[in-house]
Amino acid sequence: MIWTLAVVSALVFLIVNLPPGDILSNRINELMASGESSSVARAKFLAAQYALDEPIWKQYLIWLGAWPGPLGFEGLLQGNLGWSFELDRPVSDIVTEAMWMTVVLNFTTILFVYVVALPLGALAAVRANSLVDYLATFIGYIGLATPNFLLAIILYSKGAEWFGLPVGGMVSREYANAPMSLDKLLDIAAHLVVPVIVIGTSGMAAMVRRLRANLLDELGKPYVTTAAAKGLSPTRAVVKYPLRMALNPFVSDLGNMLPQLVSGSVLVSVVMGLQTIGPILLQSLKSQDYFLSGFILLFVSALTLVGMLISDILLALLDPRIRFEGRGR
Amino acid sequence: MAAEPVLRMEDLTIAFGRGAASHVVVEGAGLTLRRGETLALVGESGSGKTLTGRAILRILPRGAHITSGRVQFTTSEGRSADLLALSEAKMRKIRGGRIAMIFQEPMSSLSPLHTIGNQVVENLRLHRGVTGTAARDICLETFANVGFPEPERAWSAYPFELSGGLRQRAMIAMAMVCEPELIIADEPTTALDVTTQAQVLDLMRKLQDETGMSMIMVTHDLGVVANMADSVVVMKRGRVVESGPARAVLTAPGHDYTKALIDAAPEIPLDMPSETGPVADPILRATGLSKTYPGRSGKLGRPGKPVRAVSGVEIAVGRRETLAIVGESGSGKSTVAKLLLRAEEPDPGAHIRFRGADGVEQDVATMDRATLKSFRRKVQIVFQDPFSSLSPRMSVLDILTEPLRIHGIGTAAEQKARAAELMARVGLSPAHLGRFPHAFSGGQRQRICIARALALSPEMIICDEPTSALDVSVQAQVLELLKELQEEMGLSYLFISHNLAVVAGLADRVAVMRRGRIVEQAPAKLLFENPRHPYTQALIAASPEPDMDRRLDLAAVARGAGDPHCWPEPFAYHGDAAPGLIEIEPGHFVSAAA
Repeated sequence: MIWTLAVVSALVFLIVNLPPGDILSNRINELMASGESSSVARAKFLAAQYALDEPIWKQYLIWLGAWPGPLGFEGLLQGNLGWSFELDRPVSDIVTEAMWMTVVLNFTTILFVYVVALPLGALAAVRANSLVDYLATFIGYIGLATPNFLLAIILYSKGAEWFGLPVGGMVSREYANAPMSLDKLLDIAAHLVVPVIVIGTSGMAAMVRRLRANLLDELGKPYVTTAAAKGLSPTRAVVKYPLRMALNPFVSDLGNMLPQLVSGSVLVSVVMGLQTIGPILLQSLKSQDYFLSGFILLFVSALTLVGMLISDILLALLDPRIRFEGRGR
Repeated sequence: MAAEPVLRMEDLTIAFGRGAASHVVVEGAGLTLRRGETLALVGESGSGKTLTGRAILRILPRGAHITSGRVQFTTSEGRSADLLALSEAKMRKIRGGRIAMIFQEPMSSLSPLHTIGNQVVENLRLHRGVTGTAARDICLETFANVGFPEPERAWSAYPFELSGGLRQRAMIAMAMVCEPELIIADEPTTALDVTTQAQVLDLMRKLQDETGMSMIMVTHDLGVVANMADSVVVMKRGRVVESGPARAVLTAPGHDYTKALIDAAPEIPLDMPSETGPVADPILRATGLSKTYPGRSGKLGRPGKPVRAVSGVEIAVGRRETLAIVGESGSGKSTVAKLLLRAEEPDPGAHIRFRGADGVEQDVATMDRATLKSFRRKVQIVFQDPFSSLSPRMSVLDILTEPLRIHGIGTAAEQKARAAELMARVGLSPAHLGRFPHAFSGGQRQRICIARALALSPEMIICDEPTSALDVSVQAQVLELLKELQEEMGLSYLFISHNLAVVAGLADRVAVMRRGRIVEQAPAKLLFENPRHPYTQALIAASPEPDMDRRLDLAAVARGAGDPHCWPEPFAYHGDAAPGLIEIEPGHFVSAAA
């Protein structure tokens, strides 16, 4: 996993540096063009400080903190995330704030997806081709087919009208800089309702479909008949045996879902004015603010890996066959 | 005095679908089972025997439902009820408690995610209300009763950690743990090797003697019936065609269908005319045939112990003769077939000499690609499963002309004519060439597979368990077809099977394999009349036959079916070393220390 992360970090650095011209060299060029000696000196200083005249691999290692840069070992490994030129603040300052919101938002969304998809999918499979099944299918298709931003606008307008839900943002203005309190928490929760539904719906719909198909497969298996022949009640027979078998793909989705939610919610976050990491990523990519975008991309990759790790551990806990395979190796 | 009936089924009718679209699959079935007896429900696939068995517990597959009938069940306390009229809640008390079921495929009938103990103890909790250590103790006792060598291990084992025989024992333990009065066993030994089957059947009989329970055995195998049943009910296409005491039905069958079933059951003939002596004119002779698979890597990438699937096999197939290789699952018999065709590369040192009709001898083991292609034209293969070995997206015409197209033989019209000729030859109508495989039954599909193998006019055909997926009556027909083709076209066969009885009518020579080695090889007559190796004796003793007076000889099974290290001297293996083959009669080789 460490190796994967190292390779990914190299790739990320390469990619954000690939397009010619970035915010820093643009600024240096500007300073050089102005021809004033102080500006030229400043430009030279910047270029030296960020090791722009070094080859790219050295720049990468310096960014990583594995190579002494002009300031000594000062990179990711040492906890220095770099400097955002556009916002003129350290990357860590910008990111920590947004990261918080992102984690809260995504965690709630995943919770929402699983809590809704599990019973809905199971019910749709057990009562296949019944009213419940058709209803779940219908909701699923609507969720899959409606563009997220459209859903966002509809839900905001109707949510505000019917339930008095706040529109836009993650937190009300009066709490924005207030310390954490119960009121602030409730306020955030109210703000979360619509974004969570908007971001989670399509993932939820897909998961309902997948769970239904898996469970339907499992329900026809002989061990389900065995359970029935034991005299288990239908509910218990389904929950204990086939549902657990059908959970595997459900769990392994976790790894894919984490990054998808972060990147997939960029557009929605922009539309809904959420102060998450998504809009910042978009902005930094547009302005080629490469320390910032590089770190965010790396963070999303790390999130993917963590998601995979969690789902692998869960799978091994759930399925003895996977456990034994690992042991035999 | 006959015991009172424990179960009486009357006029049971089962249909798929409802209303106008419904399709009746069991019609007016009836049976009576007396307490403490075993009733065999016999029939081929599609006869409705499994559905009838399941209807007793009302666990039918989705879409099937009972339209009429009564199933009167009387408990030992004398309470009686119609199972078909009971409420769902009361029915759940009966299932697993009073009446238990054992299924065919123990691997898929047990949940892979739960330990055996967890799955068995569930019954106790449901029906006895016993939990905790008390329940555990009862389970461990049951495990010991069904013959688990280490009950403690079985308790915490997952199904995939057990062998097929132990898995079926776990199924039996699950059924027995609540001491039911009736057990319905649906093909309980069909998925097992013959020697394992003999042991499991013996176990079931013993348990029945101990507990006095009644049993319904759903099976297609009349040999199993003869060994187990007190009475027999024969079903065909959803109807009961004959029923009565087992001895009467087996010795003097009243219905033509029963007669046909008994005739078709493979049996080791008492007297077989067959030549003896060594192979005179071998078409294929292999020596030093071994195959080692690299073991799974151990911890930290250290290579695991290599697995020897086949070691030092030496066989010879006579021209226009049939050599049968017989062995249980994992014996390496199919690997031998793959090695002979070079579908897999044998370990260095192997020689596979093929001498076709042109008289030129070639070594298959060292052939280049071009020669190999022409070799494969002469040696074809027929696989076990006719359902998966035919592409469902190709018409029969395409399937039969494909080998001709690959080898560039004839024009399109000629190829078509050849396909029609082949269809007629294997007993199918050339008019059906445009159909797709799903339109044919299992037996017909296997005929198509044979026709495909014949397309290139081969000299030799390797048949890998060609009939084990088929019903007995169909199996007999396919074997008959193979025999006819051999006489007519002068084919040589290498016939691979797990069943000695199937091979008996066809083979000129038989080689018995166990754990990758040949333990005995002889002309069929000598092998069946004078088997020397304990394993061969076990195989012969373990094949059930539809004859009430030739019951399974379990002592012989126990002697030979165990681990090669436990075989009596001079047959035992010592470490990795196996005794070599010695010739005791002309052409009769046995693995034994000299």
